[in-house]
Amino acid sequence: MSEATAPAKSPSEGLFSKKNRKLITDPLNDSNPITVQVLGICSALAVTVKLDNSVVMAASVTAVTIMGNFFMSLMRNIVPNRIRIIVQLVVVAWLVIIVDQVLKAYVYDVSKSLSVFVGLIITNCIIMGRIEAFALGNKPGPSILDGLGNGIGYGIILIFLGIVRELFGSGKLWNAQVLPANWIYSMDNPDGWYVLNNFMIMPPMALILVGLYIWAQRARNTKLIEAH
Amino acid sequence: MELLNIFIKSIFIDNMIFAFFLGMCSYLAVSKTVKTAVGLGMAVIFVLTMTVPLNYLIENYFLKPGALAWMGEEYKSIDLSFLSFIVFIAVVAAFVQLVEMSVEKFLPALYGALGIFLPLIAVNCSILGGALFMQERQYPSIAHVTSFALGSGIGWFIAIVLLAAIREKIRYSHVPAPLRGLGITFILTGLMGIAFMSFMGIKF
Repeated sequence: MSEATAPAKSPSEGLFSKKNRKLITDPLNDSNPITVQVLGICSALAVTVKLDNSVVMAASVTAVTIMGNFFMSLMRNIVPNRIRIIVQLVVVAWLVIIVDQVLKAYVYDVSKSLSVFVGLIITNCIIMGRIEAFALGNKPGPSILDGLGNGIGYGIILIFLGIVRELFGSGKLWNAQVLPANWIYSMDNPDGWYVLNNFMIMPPMALILVGLYIWAQRARNTKLIEAH
Repeated sequence: MELLNIFIKSIFIDNMIFAFFLGMCSYLAVSKTVKTAVGLGMAVIFVLTMTVPLNYLIENYFLKPGALAWMGEEYKSIDLSFLSFIVFIAVVAAFVQLVEMSVEKFLPALYGALGIFLPLIAVNCSILGGALFMQERQYPSIAHVTSFALGSGIGWFIAIVLLAAIREKIRYSHVPAPLRGLGITFILTGLMGIAFMSFMGIKF
């Protein structure tokens, strides 16, 4: 499910060395957490009906991935291997509690409509997957970058889905009317040429859109094509 | 009747996969053959039916505002509900660990069948999702919760076995190369989700 870990680096390397930049740019395309590593799909699909939800979710997951990677990387030499899963869960769970309380305090409406999916960041496989695959074998600095890169890679897909689904499904972006109201066909406005695609708001459409995104991505980036 | 209603509803209408996308990661990764899909599906049913009622009891006797009233009057005002994430996930992880050890000791045959899937389940979102939905929907009794958990588990089982069956067959078809593997699986799941949407509105 995840690619090989990068080897530990020598301390003399600068923060923005080529290798470190790769940590951020790789997850955007070649090892995108959603479309290539198949991590963290549940939340990506469920919260993307509206753009604002997608952005808040992407930001929360990025924050938790960075912090989780950082703390587990700090503790990587003192945590016994046998109990590492439970330690990871505890670390991630308290980070998510903080995120949840912050969301409740500042963006209450979004937090309400994300419902259980804030809590489900705990079991979001991106976080556990990156901790297991990267943070446990690398220094805190690169781990933060890896968390950031994967968070952004995840965010790109969420924002793409959010834009397509909200624009075509309800003619809005970030809750603001984008398609002029007189373009949209309804009983009161029979001259409108665009019929809102209610299907975009339904859950299955998120899956099909991700499928199409993968198709487009792999058609351009042929080394990602699977044998079967 | 209400119990049956919740049960059917959580299998077909509020299907964990098609309506909420919970447990997608293992759903996509382990659905290559029907045999392994059945193993993982069984493990999910089992763990879900055990942990959700357990978490219900913890929620109602420890975490809810006023839940500690049984310890005495002075505890009545305590609200521990902000701890629920960490407690739920700890219960799930501990339970999975316990089950794994006891199944290995007492039922080696079952362990052989479920073996590698049990640890995977601790981070399967459908298990924690079950606990969080239980908390959000405020079911009135433990019987309701159990039928919700069992139904959700069976819904997940049906979904993964169906997908595995389709994926076994699709190997013989000409899928466009960039769509092979993950891409077509997403689209298939979407189409299955559309089919499952037709169950909406069923009531007993």
